[in-house]
Amino acid sequence: MDNLSWLLEGLSQAATPMNLLYACIGVLLGTAVGVLPGIGPAMTVALLLPITYNVSPSAAFIMFAGIYYGGMYGGSTTSILLNTPGESSSVITALEGNKMAKAGRAAQALATAAIGSFVAGTIGTLLLVLFAPIVSRFAVSLGAPSYLAIMLLALVAVTAVLGSSKLRGCISLLLGLAIGLVGIDFLTGQPRATFGIPLLSDGIDIVVIAVAVFALGEALWVAAHLRRKPAEVIPVGRPWMGKADWKRSWKPWLRGTAFGFPFGALPAGGAELPTFLSYITEKKLTKHPEQFGKGAIEGVAGPEAANNASAAGTLVPMLSLGLPTNATAAVMLTAFVSYGIQPGPTLFDKEPLLVWTLIASLFIGNFLLLALNLPLAPLWAKLLRTPRPYLYAGILFFAVLGAYAVNLQWLDLALLLVFGLLGLMMRRFGLPVLPLIIGVILGPRIERQLRQTLQLNEGNWSGVFTEPIAVAVYVVIAVLLVAPFLGRLVRGRVGTPATELTREKENA
Amino acid sequence: MTATVNRPPESGDTSARRPRDLAQFGVCAVLVVVGVFLLVDAMNLTAEFAKVDPVGPKLFPVVIGAGMLICAVALAIATLRGSRAEPESGEDVDVSAPADWKTVGLLVGLFVATIALVDVLGWVIMGALLFGGAATILGNKHWIRNLVIGLVLSLVSFYAFYVGLGIPLSAGILDGIL
Repeated sequence: MDNLSWLLEGLSQAATPMNLLYACIGVLLGTAVGVLPGIGPAMTVALLLPITYNVSPSAAFIMFAGIYYGGMYGGSTTSILLNTPGESSSVITALEGNKMAKAGRAAQALATAAIGSFVAGTIGTLLLVLFAPIVSRFAVSLGAPSYLAIMLLALVAVTAVLGSSKLRGCISLLLGLAIGLVGIDFLTGQPRATFGIPLLSDGIDIVVIAVAVFALGEALWVAAHLRRKPAEVIPVGRPWMGKADWKRSWKPWLRGTAFGFPFGALPAGGAELPTFLSYITEKKLTKHPEQFGKGAIEGVAGPEAANNASAAGTLVPMLSLGLPTNATAAVMLTAFVSYGIQPGPTLFDKEPLLVWTLIASLFIGNFLLLALNLPLAPLWAKLLRTPRPYLYAGILFFAVLGAYAVNLQWLDLALLLVFGLLGLMMRRFGLPVLPLIIGVILGPRIERQLRQTLQLNEGNWSGVFTEPIAVAVYVVIAVLLVAPFLGRLVRGRVGTPATELTREKENA
Repeated sequence: MTATVNRPPESGDTSARRPRDLAQFGVCAVLVVVGVFLLVDAMNLTAEFAKVDPVGPKLFPVVIGAGMLICAVALAIATLRGSRAEPESGEDVDVSAPADWKTVGLLVGLFVATIALVDVLGWVIMGALLFGGAATILGNKHWIRNLVIGLVLSLVSFYAFYVGLGIPLSAGILDGIL
């Protein structure tokens, strides 16, 4: 069957009443957690992982996909109405969006964000349909050496490219790799770093780590610094846009999509850079430069589209290579593993129906988001007033529930506390969370891949470099590692683009 | 514009105006402890198929452990040269206010109690205590109402997991009643 008929097949699977219900729950839940401070889509999917024991894979992934897209959307509501973005990807939206809300144009800001997200999400998902199977087909032809190199690239990229401090990124990565070591060594059967505790010989459950670092760490960090006076929420009615707003929005939507998708698809591309690039592009191209900094609709439309398109782009490496490039994708990959499905290039061949149902559900979820969120915006604005003690007590409650339900043993709760305190420490000391999670997931896979490659080559190290793609990827890794040092040499003379970006950000 | 959005980047700022962020030595200490543990643990491993498995079980722990020691030294040097951590901001996080470690301590204490008692008291009672306690610690003074909300949450989750997902959460001393 070709891709189109698979997509239609997936669509018919995703459109059953039961699956539509899961999609609805997913997008509502996703938007709610995106709106609520303190929790995001990654944490929510992590908390919902226990459902993988009882719900069919396609239903679970339909819901997770809804949460993922919904979370992206909900984040923009917070930025616009509250001006304190929860996720780094919606920082840019707050710049113009909150100014618009303060000027009484909250309804238009929310509308351009919602419709822009829909446009970008739909185009992004279409691009996913186009590219993911191609990448996957290409990846299947790659051998273990190339795959090993690509995983190493993801590690290096997440650590060295994202974040402001490479040293702190490295520390976070090493902590993650160390956690990944715990358990029985797969080749020699010896326990490693288990403290002699038999229960640890299967390794530490990734659900426990994800819930601890995202949910518990965040709740404890907020507890240490809880705002005494919650920020002011701007009241809003039903979002709508006038003709002039449409005219000013549609081009930024498309340009934002063009920025967002490729960055999302790259390892460590993320949403921060494309949203910012979209913002400065719109600022340059606008016919109303005087409005920028005072609430220009282009400055909401472009970055929001970029944000959602990058979310779709992230799914390309996740589905075609089994590579997570952001936290939510990382947690979704663990869901594949808990179903006994091996994520990786063979996913499209082995589980075509599941993958295509998931992709089809993205279209449905996108549509549901638009249909539900325009009328529900006032409700989401109310949700922002949730009393904080209840919100964070609830997060703690569900964190404990999620970790306890995995194996019903108190050891998991103890691990939850230990890694929750680690998450608290990381937030206090500016250690990024993403490298840790990626390290936990990819570390064991890299070790296994490396040692199996060497075994097949009878212990000969040259086996690692037998494929041209692998060599090319190692060159890219070397460039990534060396580039900052070269950049520092150049920076002395000319202002680099990066510093100009920061300067621009401060002026905005 | 609030300070959250517009905070200038702090890392790498070597100005002498601000005091050094000496608490970062705590991170160094954690790294040293974990790194040394990994190295010691790796020493007890034996490489069995050394010919076809030149990496062996040791290489990864050794590299990661050594990497941690190197990072600990690098962070210590960076701290002394004035590099400051950039605490994570968020909607409800007021980084400019001094940290309220008492609240965190109470929450951790509540958590330890939960770990110790969840199998004895069961999920329903412990979950209610956890939610009610946490909400009270976080500043909501209506502790009876908090406990009632917690009880509703834990009862609903108990039956949702039991009936919906087939996962029997611990019933504890209420075994037979629920």
